[in-house]
Amino acid sequence: MEMGYLERGYLEDDELPPKPSEERLRKKSVAYIECPQEIPCSPCFESCKYDAISMQNINDPPIVDYEKCTGCMKCIRVCPGLAIFMLRLRDGKGYVTLPYEFLPYPKKGDIVEIYNRKGEHLGKGRVTWVLPPERNDQTSLVTVEVEPDQIFEVRAIKVGKQG
Amino acid sequence: MRLTEHPIIEFRRGKEITIYFNGKPIKAYEGETVASALYASGITTFSRSFRFHRPRGFFCAIGKCSSCMMEVDGIPNIRVCKVYVREGMQVKTQNSFPNADRDFLGVLDKVIDRFYPHGSHYKKFTSPTILREFVTKQIRGFAGTGSPPEKEFEGRGGYEEIETDIAVVGGGPGGMSSAIYSARLGAKVVLMDENPFLGGQLVKQTHRFFGSGKHRAGTRGIRIAEILKKEVEELKNIDVRYETKVFGIYDGVIGAVERDKKLLKVKAKKIIIATGAYERTLVFENNDLPGVYGAGGVQTLMNVYGIKPGNRGLIIGSGNVGLILSYQLMQAGIEVSAIVEAMPRIGGYFVHAAKVRRLGVPIYTSHTIKRAIGKKRVEKAEIVKLDKNWCEVKGSEKIIDCDFICVAIGLSPTHELLYQAGCEMKFVPELGGLVPLRTKYGETSVEGVYVAGDVAGIEEATSAMMEGRIAGLDAAIKLGYGDEEAINLREEIVNDLKEFREGPFGKRIVEGIKKVTFEKEVSLDLKELEKGEISAK
Repeated sequence: MEMGYLERGYLEDDELPPKPSEERLRKKSVAYIECPQEIPCSPCFESCKYDAISMQNINDPPIVDYEKCTGCMKCIRVCPGLAIFMLRLRDGKGYVTLPYEFLPYPKKGDIVEIYNRKGEHLGKGRVTWVLPPERNDQTSLVTVEVEPDQIFEVRAIKVGKQG
Repeated sequence: MRLTEHPIIEFRRGKEITIYFNGKPIKAYEGETVASALYASGITTFSRSFRFHRPRGFFCAIGKCSSCMMEVDGIPNIRVCKVYVREGMQVKTQNSFPNADRDFLGVLDKVIDRFYPHGSHYKKFTSPTILREFVTKQIRGFAGTGSPPEKEFEGRGGYEEIETDIAVVGGGPGGMSSAIYSARLGAKVVLMDENPFLGGQLVKQTHRFFGSGKHRAGTRGIRIAEILKKEVEELKNIDVRYETKVFGIYDGVIGAVERDKKLLKVKAKKIIIATGAYERTLVFENNDLPGVYGAGGVQTLMNVYGIKPGNRGLIIGSGNVGLILSYQLMQAGIEVSAIVEAMPRIGGYFVHAAKVRRLGVPIYTSHTIKRAIGKKRVEKAEIVKLDKNWCEVKGSEKIIDCDFICVAIGLSPTHELLYQAGCEMKFVPELGGLVPLRTKYGETSVEGVYVAGDVAGIEEATSAMMEGRIAGLDAAIKLGYGDEEAINLREEIVNDLKEFREGPFGKRIVEGIKKVTFEKEVSLDLKELEKGEISAK
């Protein structure tokens, strides 16, 4: 088995899970799980009320049925690997929701620095929604508005001058 | 150096007090250890090495190594990472002149081998007797660790005999789970831990755990510690003994010391040993320099006591501990300069690596640390690339800017108590070292002595909890507690654990466990065991 991502610590484009269709991305937000390795972990599967995440064995990587996924965000709240991202396209803009556990926590309207999987700086994005950390045992969820072609790129944010 | 804010943890510090370090007043907070109070005030040299008088800093922070031994209130050789501060406490460094920070005997590091090489004390100054006695006395003055107390102990030690169904040694995830599950069936349990708190190493695990929801996945380690502690406290038939060190097991009788004051004789029908593991170190130049710390030691300092280990860390090892620690350092506002991994690929879960990689931390696979650079503490480090045969690639050396180095290369089981109790042991590399033979329920070759958690094989907290539950249930069932339901539950957890280990990460563990599992259950027929007819696979 090709294990390139384990040498680098990030996924290349050809290692990404299948992408949801543009049509689906326009409808409402959808869970995109970047968890390719067989590890004994199943909270996302257990949290999904809509049977959208399938897993035969606890060690199987999760597979999302994008048509069944309602974008309810139950899974992204519990994922211990912080490997789930909610993606959405709307009015010519892209939206990425990602888990965030650093200080300071961003607020709606903040402009934050955006990064890709390799930690390369991509520019800035505007925060459009925040789940306050205290509502999810200190794992905040943050939605950033980015260019539509960046939703499969942006995977990290930094707030302020930290890092 | 003290952290005031943190995204996950709320640090609750006790009353401010003063302790004295080599006569100098130091600010400390009640509830923290001497080692952390010293570190918080910028002290990094804790002791000097025995022969070369090289500076040593702290390493493990959980009382397993000896680099933080000092004289506390007149008593020598105290591991200050396990001693809690008290107003007016007098702490002194030992085996150094005038103190560990400025030890003029440090010059020995450079010269001693020239005129007094290793082993020469067998040949030099051996006759005449007068010369030998004189030199021996002089050397004793230089070497040795600490001086005996000046005053005699005037108090009176206590003594208590306890009779119980089940005694559990170790209050980490494995031990607590055993206590809970056996007590729920009605067994009388004594749970002993050397710390003044329960939770073991869970208390520094700020990340959410993996596994299945049934076994608390998705919940942070620190919360799991709280949940288990609450469950233990709610069960009235569990007698928790804090700050209790078990020193031996003699035919089912446990010898322990409670709070350094009372000798305990615990007569238990079943004993569950869940003593966990300790950190390994790695051989490289200057690996004893203050600033080279165990990964778990750094987690303790940072996540339990809220003290910054430094400003910029280099992580050696990309197993889950190394990856998680990197992320935790960044959460505490500390930079991570790089993660170095000798294997050609990342050892831990990919998702943990991705978490730090996307924040810009470089991961150097097929690299190792060559040396730590610095005079009295780490100032830089040199790393080097390894080829397919694990040889250094000439010219690939790189200097990494860092002021501390975390060694996260794995753990070894804390097996001593099992060995002493007479359990048959085996060295199994897949399980991290010397581990006892056991049944699938965790019973060792000594009837009634069980094992659970990392001491049975290095794995993780989730499986430690499952092993603890199985051992606790089995011990109680064998004592006649519980019914059909308890047996079914035990089998269900055995199956869950089996499924948990089915993936590639569990493969190695399964291989290792095969080597130490008895084919039959030992306690079914003791006579056969005595005759040596039951043996490990």
